[in-house]
Amino acid sequence: MLGYTITQWLFGILSFLSIMFALMVVFSRNPVNSILYLVLTFFCIAGLYLLLNAQFLAVVHIVVYSGAIMVLFLFVIMLMNLNQDNEPQRATLNKIIAGVSGGMLLVVLVGSLKGGEQLGLQSYGSSQIGLVKNLGKVLFSEFLFPFEIASILLLAALVGSIMIGKKEIK
Amino acid sequence: MINGISINYYLLLSTVLFIIGAVGVMARRNSIIIFMCIELMLNAVNLLLVAFSTLHGDASGQVFVFFVMAVAAAEVAVGLAILSMIYRNVKSIDTDILSNLKN
Repeated sequence: MLGYTITQWLFGILSFLSIMFALMVVFSRNPVNSILYLVLTFFCIAGLYLLLNAQFLAVVHIVVYSGAIMVLFLFVIMLMNLNQDNEPQRATLNKIIAGVSGGMLLVVLVGSLKGGEQLGLQSYGSSQIGLVKNLGKVLFSEFLFPFEIASILLLAALVGSIMIGKKEIK
Repeated sequence: MINGISINYYLLLSTVLFIIGAVGVMARRNSIIIFMCIELMLNAVNLLLVAFSTLHGDASGQVFVFFVMAVAAAEVAVGLAILSMIYRNVKSIDTDILSNLKN
């Protein structure tokens, strides 16, 4: 098909969709629509992980982001009753300034990353590292201590969010 | 080249996603949307980490992405608790109203 392989077609479609949905997140007026577009963006990014042979991360990404974090966002939006379009907008000047500074940042980053093809970056090593077996071996041998620290962090976040969310502390 | 796709395209895609998140943080007033744009920026960086990890055949990058996801989950839990507490007291999560601390 036009000289491109099926992987390249998939990459093109997924990247186009993820950029489109990300733009819709920023530009849609209703916060609930924003959240749903962000979920679609996360699904596209999970597809890109699959293209990169990172199956474990793709599954974890869908479970953690689309399944847990975005549901939390949706709950909070619904609790605050913000699912209307009457959000106050920033002044047009501020929006223009934000767009211009973002565009300048884009130009700087793309310009500095343009020489990437001269770095001699070619693939080496096996591409099977994203499988659960190989990643688990690394995670539970080399990165065992950070893994335990992460569990303590999650416990601290759990206790902290309950303490903050309580009505009053007796 | 990863499966026939040059690393430059991954660099470009992550950069564009990051910029969209940054513009969203600057252009919106709703604190929850700003939070979501921060998540978008984190995801752009995660994507690039996975791409380079696969390119180099080194699993450390993917393990790092795993930890980034854990930290993002903790951050969202605490941040949304703080936002709901602010909403209970101020009845708004507009960032222009929440700037009381400066005067």
